[in-house]
Amino acid sequence: MPDQVLFAAEVMLNGLMAGVLYSLVALGFVLIFKASGIFNYAQGVMALFAALTLVGIMDGQVPFSHLINAIFGTNIHHFGWHTPALLAIILTIMVMVLFAWLVQRFIFRHLVNQEPIILFMATIGLAYFLEGVGDLMWGSDIKKLDVGIPKGMNETIESITHGAFGYGFFIDNLDIFATFVAIILVAILVCFSQYTKQGRALRAVADDHQAALSVGISLSYIWILVWSIAGFVALVAGTIWGAKSGVQFSLSLIALKALPVLMLGGFTSIPGAIIGGLIIGVGEKLFEFLVGPWIGGATENWFAYVLALLFLVFRPQGLFGEKIIERV
Amino acid sequence: MLYREAGDYSTSYPEDSQTFPIKFDRYRYYVILAVAFLVIPFFINDYWANAVLVPFLIYSIAAIGLNILTGYCGQVSLGTGGFMAVGAYACYKLMTSFPEISIMIHILLAGGVTAAVVTLFGLPSLRIKGFYLAVSTLAAQFFLVWMFNKVPWFYNYSMTGMIGSPERTVLGIVVTGPATDAWAKYMICLIFVTLCAVLARNMTRGSVGRKWMAIRDMDIAAEIIGVNPLMAKLSAFAVSGFFIGIAGALFFSVYLGAIEVTEAFGIEKSFLVLFMVIIGGLGSIFGSFAGAAFMVLLPVLLKNLLVGGLNWPTDLAQHLYFIIAGGLIIIFLILEPHGLAQLWRVAKEKLRLWPFPH
Repeated sequence: MPDQVLFAAEVMLNGLMAGVLYSLVALGFVLIFKASGIFNYAQGVMALFAALTLVGIMDGQVPFSHLINAIFGTNIHHFGWHTPALLAIILTIMVMVLFAWLVQRFIFRHLVNQEPIILFMATIGLAYFLEGVGDLMWGSDIKKLDVGIPKGMNETIESITHGAFGYGFFIDNLDIFATFVAIILVAILVCFSQYTKQGRALRAVADDHQAALSVGISLSYIWILVWSIAGFVALVAGTIWGAKSGVQFSLSLIALKALPVLMLGGFTSIPGAIIGGLIIGVGEKLFEFLVGPWIGGATENWFAYVLALLFLVFRPQGLFGEKIIERV
Repeated sequence: MLYREAGDYSTSYPEDSQTFPIKFDRYRYYVILAVAFLVIPFFINDYWANAVLVPFLIYSIAAIGLNILTGYCGQVSLGTGGFMAVGAYACYKLMTSFPEISIMIHILLAGGVTAAVVTLFGLPSLRIKGFYLAVSTLAAQFFLVWMFNKVPWFYNYSMTGMIGSPERTVLGIVVTGPATDAWAKYMICLIFVTLCAVLARNMTRGSVGRKWMAIRDMDIAAEIIGVNPLMAKLSAFAVSGFFIGIAGALFFSVYLGAIEVTEAFGIEKSFLVLFMVIIGGLGSIFGSFAGAAFMVLLPVLLKNLLVGGLNWPTDLAQHLYFIIAGGLIIIFLILEPHGLAQLWRVAKEKLRLWPFPH
């Protein structure tokens, strides 16, 4: 095979892997949107916050140490211990559940029955707030996250492809790991929503709020539940992104890319989120590889958005979304 | 008591439907204009101009622009930063290509160019709505910023990729470039703000504005009563783009003088202007000013208080700013979805009745 085709194939594979990560963030959006009709712009910042918290707990950082130091003139930064990864993950999940409860109790409870666009803007405010809290709590420097995820080039794939095509593909172990995590996560989510009582209640709420209320499902409980699950998904996404490129602010910008993913896949469809993510991942990598050099490069910044925009003009509900029917 | 309208009769329809039907309001408005034009220019210094007044005036224009699109016509846009960049680069290209023409005309033309670009990006709004549209304006934001970064023609092939505004004069007074006096910067911004505010106010209370509001409240119903959604939406995009373009042109040529596009017109700018509009009040011209004043003053105050007063590090003040700005957005949306403008209206109502509320 000619080199160009091989390169393109490698780029495509890498794009698939990047797409998996986009899908992970997009999943959190879909979950919240289905259950409560809230388009949660803060999902990306939640991923950043979860990753920051995980690193902070693992390193034994003192929360709000900068603030405490500034007020009392002290100089404390660390407790001096290191928490094992598993315990830290459990603690972070607890933090995210607490966060879900707070969000529900103090924000969205007061915004019931508002227009979707107001809710959307509230989540933009939430994103800013959470970003500030995250930075204030754990500091804004770039942190290294190491929870024992394998990294580096996968040598098996390299040697196999080298044997087959005479050119070894470079695939990061981390990306393969992320793919497996995503598959497992989706499997768990599907099982949860199909086979548990809470999952059924969740689907009922997603279908029809009033009908769900009338058969005795507590809406506020379901919303806390779904925000917690979204927090958990954010933690997974944040951990993998963080392990890949360090925990830093740009994480929340990467998460913005989940928006075009959703527009492609449809806001209400979990498989849509996955496939949309893969299309965007492959599309932007291939576009950068094929067209990028001609027009100056760095097209990854906007390609996803423009693709989604063009796509929307022809199919406003996305690939798998429910058809939008308007009534006066 | 303090705020009275007794003896204030209107005897004709134009009198009744003027912008400030109450005499007290009208005089207050003239006093504010007089202070802004005749008093402040003599007392202004560099710090006040650069830290507070000039950014406040420029952001007011941008906020009016976004308010027309989001507050009056109901089309949420997250591309304000990118659209301001269009105004800035259009102004730069015009200034360098036609140096003999007045800068005032360049700024207006930059507004026109931006209006065209924004209308182009507004075309999908005919098919998609709500946050689908909000996300698609992100496409404009990222694409435009990338384009100004990567296409050398826009920055005249300069080595740094930055654009700097050359020195230009209006009536013999230097208004752009490093040698500009504080009062000249202030005055040119003030003139544009006044023009834009009057224009916006009169558009929004006329038939155009009514059509926009009908589209915002319910687009299908608006279509049934005879509003052409194509014209209404696109005209909102165009007018909004015109204002945002002027704001971008002033931001570049008068305020900063030299800019780097990703830094000056990034996505943060889009959110900043959106926050101004939400905090100030959706669908209110006064709200645009109030929101702009609030969002410009908040970081200045925090910085003076925390860094200057308590000697805290700057990044801490920055984080607190994020928390406060985000928190305020949420609080406003919960307590007062119509923003500062509504608070002002309530205060006026209270003052009218003040000592005897029954």
